[in-house]
Amino acid sequence: MRSLLRFLRSEPFAVAGAAIYAVIIAAALLAERIAPHSPTEILRANRRIARYMPASADFWLGTTSSGYDIASQLIHGARTALQVGLTAAVAVVAIGTLLGLLAGYLGGWVDKAVTRLADIVLGLPFLPSMLVLAALTRPGTLTVVCTVAALLWPNTARVIRSQVLSLRERAWVEAARVTGCSNARIMFVHILPQVLPLAALYGSVAIGWAILAEAAASFLGFGDPATISWGVMLQDAYANQALSRGAWNWFVPPGAAILAMALAGFMISRGSEKLLFPKLGGS
Amino acid sequence: MRRLLLERLGHLLLVLWVVASLTFLMFRLMPGDPTLNFLSPTFNEETRAALMASFGLDKPLWQQYLIYLWQLVQGDFGMSFLQNQPVSRLLWDALPNTAVLTVVSLVLAYAIGIVVGAFLAFRRGSVLEGVMIPTALATRAAPEFWLGMLLLAVFAFQFGWFPTGGAVSPGGSMGTLTERLTSADFWWHLCLPALTLTLFLQGLPLLLMRATMLEVLNDEFITMAKMKGLSRWSIVMRHAARNALLPVVTAFALGLGASIGGNVVIETVFAWPGIGRVLVGAVQSSDYPLAQGAFIMIAFVLVVMNTVADMAYAALDPRVSVGRRA
Repeated sequence: MRSLLRFLRSEPFAVAGAAIYAVIIAAALLAERIAPHSPTEILRANRRIARYMPASADFWLGTTSSGYDIASQLIHGARTALQVGLTAAVAVVAIGTLLGLLAGYLGGWVDKAVTRLADIVLGLPFLPSMLVLAALTRPGTLTVVCTVAALLWPNTARVIRSQVLSLRERAWVEAARVTGCSNARIMFVHILPQVLPLAALYGSVAIGWAILAEAAASFLGFGDPATISWGVMLQDAYANQALSRGAWNWFVPPGAAILAMALAGFMISRGSEKLLFPKLGGS
Repeated sequence: MRRLLLERLGHLLLVLWVVASLTFLMFRLMPGDPTLNFLSPTFNEETRAALMASFGLDKPLWQQYLIYLWQLVQGDFGMSFLQNQPVSRLLWDALPNTAVLTVVSLVLAYAIGIVVGAFLAFRRGSVLEGVMIPTALATRAAPEFWLGMLLLAVFAFQFGWFPTGGAVSPGGSMGTLTERLTSADFWWHLCLPALTLTLFLQGLPLLLMRATMLEVLNDEFITMAKMKGLSRWSIVMRHAARNALLPVVTAFALGLGASIGGNVVIETVFAWPGIGRVLVGAVQSSDYPLAQGAFIMIAFVLVVMNTVADMAYAALDPRVSVGRRA
């Protein structure tokens, strides 16, 4: 408990990141209770559709050009953000760790194949690939998640691979081999737990990239217009002259929310870096 | 060194070939008939067949692939479905705009990032550091297009200091590249997109420079310089910074490649007539040859810059031998 407190004090970045996640998770879980309106209901004021309403007690952040409540959309958007972020992060970590583990431990042609594949994937531009894939399949959140997973795993795989390269030379791996453990058992029971914290670190960064990717895809018109997400909100605002009308209440909050969530991932990875790798000296 | 060079070049060609082939496959697997947007249903079968033949779409897939590769080697990307112009022409028109935007922003971002990062490393633990690091992180976490929207709302719509989009004022013509580069109007239009990209890009060099500086500052030769009584600034800039620059130079080359593709959203926000916007427009309107050409060009720049970064690293740091893998 005391060490936890000390950690909290010494790692303000990680704590701030975790706090932001906590707020977003709470918003996502309690969206129906917190949100003052339904995010998809066209609201009326004085018998007319409530377009471009400024912030007020009834509409906390005002309304959009089509009469939706911005605050409610923002709160419900947390759900999409979490979904996209978490699924993408899990996928990136799973693929990256598995391939990195196999390449690092088995070496030989497996290693060569994985390294080459990683090089090729890193040669694909991120956003353009996502656009093409979205056009190729069906625009939507699933496409975004798959693209993020397909394009971001090499970073994780490379780091895990080099970590495994050093781990497999350790005495306890040798000991396990001598006692007759199979390769699979050594990899997944002995080595995997050692590299998981590192993988989690890359996962928290991947959450950030996934959110940003979803926002960019939605903005360019390749998101799922039926979902309520921060990216779709921004696209809606941009396309409906929120900028020229000076509707700050419309286009500032979703962007700030995206920023906060991506930033939280970066801050957590930065803060826990020191905890996981004391040798780096926390620069 | 020569062996290394050849090896890298061979690797580069391999990756380029794979990327080109992947692109070919991706675009052939696209759902729907690529000619649907192009061919009017009123065409009779004969006209249709003639048109398909003119795009080479009547041949078997493997022949299309070979023709595609051969034309690619010659820099021929085919004809745009919708604009009735060679794709290469459209791309060469757009590429300089993207290049100017990227290079200007990248140079600014790295100049700012290197100086501020070096300075922050020297002021470790100060209040300034406590403010600057989260700010730098935040600019990396902000969606680029949202940064652009904020700047547009403030400087273009609120104050009216800058144009709201495009690269030339209404009524003006694009002109040749030299005409563009010497026209004040072009640079005036460049301000906001470049500022957005600079803001987005400066975080990485800043953090990287700071981290490597912290490492270098612990080295013995810095203590030596301090003992010689050199000024702080002179130590930071003339002794430490030189040694800390290496990873930053590598990041610059990588950034140049990555940002050509990443400009897609910024170019869309500001209606900047670059290659990213060409790609978005082409994908949206199912102009497959154009989308394919734009994608390949972006990917090629990225791959080539990755190789350049690799080589720069090997050339600058004698301690690294890229040829031998650990």
